[in-house]
Amino acid sequence: MMILQVEGIGKVFGGLQALSDVTFDLPKGQILGLIGPNGAGKTTLFNVINGVYPPNGGRVVFNGEDVTNSKTYHMAHRGLARTHQIVRPLNELSVRENVVVGACFGREGHGLGPAGEIADEVLEFVGLAARSDQLAESLNVGQKKRLEMARALAARPHLLLLDEVLAGLNPSEISGMVEIVHKIRDRDVTIIMIEHVMRAVMNVSDRMIVLDYGQQIAEGTPEEIANDPKVIEAYLGDPKLAERLMRDSDEA
Amino acid sequence: MDFLFASIVDGLLLGFVYGIAAMGLTLIWGVMNVINLAHGPIIALGMFGVYLIFTMLGLNPYIGIVLVAVLGLLLGMLIYYVAVHRVINAPHLSTLLATFSINMIIIGLGTAVFSASPRNVDFSLGSITLGPITLLGSRVVAAIASMLITGGLYAFLYKTRQGRYIRAVANNRDAAELMGVPSTQILALSFGLGTMLAAVAGALIATFFPFTILAGGVYELKSFVIGVLGGLGNPVGALFGGLILGVLEGIIPTFMPTTWVPVLEFVLFVLILLVRPQGIFGAKK
Amino acid sequence: MNGIRKYLGLILALFVVLAMAAWPMIDGKDITREVVFTMLLSVALASSLNILLGYTGYVSFGHVVFFGLGGYVGFYLMAVQDWSLWSAMLAGGLASAVLAFLLGKAILRLRGGYFALATIGINEAVRAFINNFDLFGGPVGMSLNFQVYQNYGGGAREALWMSFYVLIALTLLTVTLSYFVRSSKFGLGLLAIREDEDAAEVMGVIAPNAKTWAYVLSAVFPGILGVLFFFKNGNIEPAPAFRLHLSIEMIVMVMLGGQGTVLGPILGGAGYQRLRGFLLTNPLFKNIQLAVAGVLLLVIVLFVPAGVVGWVRQRFPKLRRVLQ
Repeated sequence: MMILQVEGIGKVFGGLQALSDVTFDLPKGQILGLIGPNGAGKTTLFNVINGVYPPNGGRVVFNGEDVTNSKTYHMAHRGLARTHQIVRPLNELSVRENVVVGACFGREGHGLGPAGEIADEVLEFVGLAARSDQLAESLNVGQKKRLEMARALAARPHLLLLDEVLAGLNPSEISGMVEIVHKIRDRDVTIIMIEHVMRAVMNVSDRMIVLDYGQQIAEGTPEEIANDPKVIEAYLGDPKLAERLMRDSDEA
Repeated sequence: MDFLFASIVDGLLLGFVYGIAAMGLTLIWGVMNVINLAHGPIIALGMFGVYLIFTMLGLNPYIGIVLVAVLGLLLGMLIYYVAVHRVINAPHLSTLLATFSINMIIIGLGTAVFSASPRNVDFSLGSITLGPITLLGSRVVAAIASMLITGGLYAFLYKTRQGRYIRAVANNRDAAELMGVPSTQILALSFGLGTMLAAVAGALIATFFPFTILAGGVYELKSFVIGVLGGLGNPVGALFGGLILGVLEGIIPTFMPTTWVPVLEFVLFVLILLVRPQGIFGAKK
Repeated sequence: MNGIRKYLGLILALFVVLAMAAWPMIDGKDITREVVFTMLLSVALASSLNILLGYTGYVSFGHVVFFGLGGYVGFYLMAVQDWSLWSAMLAGGLASAVLAFLLGKAILRLRGGYFALATIGINEAVRAFINNFDLFGGPVGMSLNFQVYQNYGGGAREALWMSFYVLIALTLLTVTLSYFVRSSKFGLGLLAIREDEDAAEVMGVIAPNAKTWAYVLSAVFPGILGVLFFFKNGNIEPAPAFRLHLSIEMIVMVMLGGQGTVLGPILGGAGYQRLRGFLLTNPLFKNIQLAVAGVLLLVIVLFVPAGVVGWVRQRFPKLRRVLQ
């Protein structure tokens, strides 16, 4: 059962082709890793799927419904949640209130009471329960990232888009977050993860897609991707170097 | 027909001065995204400035305007450091209220010092007759002065180092800071330039009409309309916007009661904000 | 959470209003009544504006347009069409609500300074229009025949006291509305919009609709209050009805007390009027009353932007439940 189908997505900004002909299907329950060098168009792809702006070409089908031109709030109601690369906490609200917003306006549209219970449970899940009454702006980066996740989870989404949730975290924070990602999948939520922390995303993903300059250059399991010369070239920029690395690693 | 033509020309000349006033507002918006709600009272201070210089020092008002310009610049820089700098990065409401508080302070003190009785700068330059129309000397001189000021402003912005710094800060403040531009001083200078233009506009208007400390309000509202019309942040746009408004104000009363002019002005204002918020000539960013 | 504790914020707010209202009823003097009338009017106006400004984060500099338009519609119905005060007030509120709905659809798309400017433009456009609108008396305005006051208690003095009681009721209603908006799911959506409108939409808040309703709710009571105010005044003219300074004063009151809270506008409204009254009657400050208010506003904006209530809430988190 395909929860998301992305067909021939293109996006142009001014003269820049940010995305061209991105196409993939996402089965329910999978964790898809989305990687690529900086500026490859990964967040742009999220923005198109999420409804921040419509694509210039192509279709997005979510749970069988064509949502290509839907607005962000409609996507939220259909069961799509996302986190942002640069976190966007609701600063003057408490941690708990932030998460309650997610529960109230997300897919299930709860009233304040039930939303509060969901919020408490989700905060426990991400480990922020002790900070429930603190103002969101008083958290550190790692905590804000977890808050962003909690907000998204409180909406009980079918599909969760995570945009660099591991960026700026130290190794122990990273393990903690990866564990949370695993637990989320255990709750039947499909995940697409944009990540730069290679080791983590390769360990977590069932499948991966690589973008470079807005184009899909590779798709496959983490092992396949790791050994794909095109991918290595995209990150390193030099095909000869890629070849040499592969030869060296074979010999080693 | 002659009457219409004369109205258009008169409106055009007046429009130059409106344009200078609007330039003051739009410059500040363009450089630091602040709407200076003290704009009106500063225009009024310019009026009083030239009045006092004329009546107390006996100086020719047109020389007095230069002095008013300098004072306007210094006042603006002072206002920036005292009221605006601390909240320059805060949400819009803060700077709106900060500049409005300056508005209240100036009006409050001004009413106490000058009372509400109208003043007049009694300095006539006679009139010139060009063919079918007669132009007031004061209007012509003011229009010429406005053109010179606009030229001067552009020369400053494009040919001097401070001017380049101002344009850099307007473009991207953080990047400018990283490149070593002293952004606080530049912001203060920009604010000062904006208030200087407002004060000068006031001084010129004082040579046309009688005024009170509250007279600036009308021109402040006109400056909003012109600024949006020409594109906020765009000084040339402001000048042309001023000319357009001046001409409209000249033409409309020939076929509609004058009292309808403000209605049309503000409906135009709201329409532009809705339909083309970047104005006719394009706003900055 | 047991019943009373849950509504503590509302109870405290209503109590403060009633305490103010009780003062002239205790000492029975007309002058006290007038002072408190102005205070309560400010409280009600500030509380209404707070829904748009404090909760949703949209700065309306021209909010007085609802006070003026509602006032004009209601006044016309009373003075020319012989309607009762009660129906006229409802009509005024409705007129303001409709204007807010239509305007909201158009201008709430604008952000920040542009929205503020648009609200100023609208106020000025409406004022200039009414100035030309002969049905509403044009620049001269309209007057109420004093006979009308007979219907509301006997004579002018009874009508003034009656207006006072009506205002108390209206103020209690606006504060209650403010409380229920804030503690509702709708209100939470507004707060989210205030904090980060795009992020709120990503979470599912339908911002365009929420903002429009906030605008409408913030406009209804000023419309009703306008009718009451000008009824008491006996006449209405364009300049005082659409006085831009009144809008600014409303913002100052909200900021002074603490925007985004229920109690803030109450303390801000009352406090500002007390201060103003003090300055106007004090020979030293009388002439520079506006300047002193300006300095006060500047100090608040620069150093205490959260207002009195906001500051207390930040310093004493335990009190947050009470000081809503």
